[in-house]
Amino acid sequence: MIGIQHYLVVSAILFTMGVLGIFINRKNIIIILMAIELILLAVNINLVAFSAFLGDLVGQVFAMFVLTVAAGEAAIGLAILVIYFRGRGSIAVDDVNRMKG
Amino acid sequence: MIQAFAFYLFAAVVILSGALTVLSRNPVHSVLWLILAFFNAAGLMVLVGAEFIAMLLVIVYVGAVAVLFLFVVMMLDIDFAELRSGFVRYGFFGLLIALVLAGELIVAGGAWSAGSLELSQRAAPASGDLQNIEAMGALIYSKYLYIFEAAGLVLLVAMIGAIVLTHRERKDVRPQNISDQVKRRPEDAVRNVDQPVGQGVEL
Repeated sequence: MIGIQHYLVVSAILFTMGVLGIFINRKNIIIILMAIELILLAVNINLVAFSAFLGDLVGQVFAMFVLTVAAGEAAIGLAILVIYFRGRGSIAVDDVNRMKG
Repeated sequence: MIQAFAFYLFAAVVILSGALTVLSRNPVHSVLWLILAFFNAAGLMVLVGAEFIAMLLVIVYVGAVAVLFLFVVMMLDIDFAELRSGFVRYGFFGLLIALVLAGELIVAGGAWSAGSLELSQRAAPASGDLQNIEAMGALIYSKYLYIFEAAGLVLLVAMIGAIVLTHRERKDVRPQNISDQVKRRPEDAVRNVDQPVGQGVEL
């Protein structure tokens, strides 16, 4: 029978995958944003699994708020990416320190 | 039996597509794998009876966030081959950190299943006779109403922020000036002349 451990293992693997994605795609900020989305998805799976197996709906309410913040973060991140690309013609993260000020 | 089969199917596909999201060479493929991962995560959530979050995941993530990613990836003309340099150099370090993190997470999961946490207090116990969506709605619009409003405010701020960041005044185009058009009266534009026959009109 499928228990909570199965869900925890899936979300742990997904979370680790997101962290690995941030490291191996260090220069490509679009993939970094997608890896952050993967991490938040793993967190949501964890919250929903605990909520379901403990019989407490607060986990699902909280997962909804995590989803809200993830959507806002993606929108702002991509907006920053677009204006950065407009100014420099590239999205290499290495010289983002020119963005100061 | 069928539940276990569905769980393993969804779990395998979500992990595979998560891996391909971060490993694939073409960012458009990455976005498409991300969409597949979201769909299968929604399937996992349906399996434990959280239909509301599952539908929200499909609508918000697949319908809005992933399409936004796809827009940006396709709109910007980016040299992705150049961005992939250093893949192997960072890969070893990243793999090391990922393995350490995975080990810690598994240890944490094992510690939880050993069962030393006191879980007698429930903030919002799920009652058996309500549907998931009905119960969620009753909870969001009563007990967590202010937090729900705050979530709406977060989305509003994100929307305004994105518009303010990407909006620009362009000097090289001549946009429509609506107030000038509305202010224009017939007296400024039309002139009645008593034109003699056989002469040209003075403009």
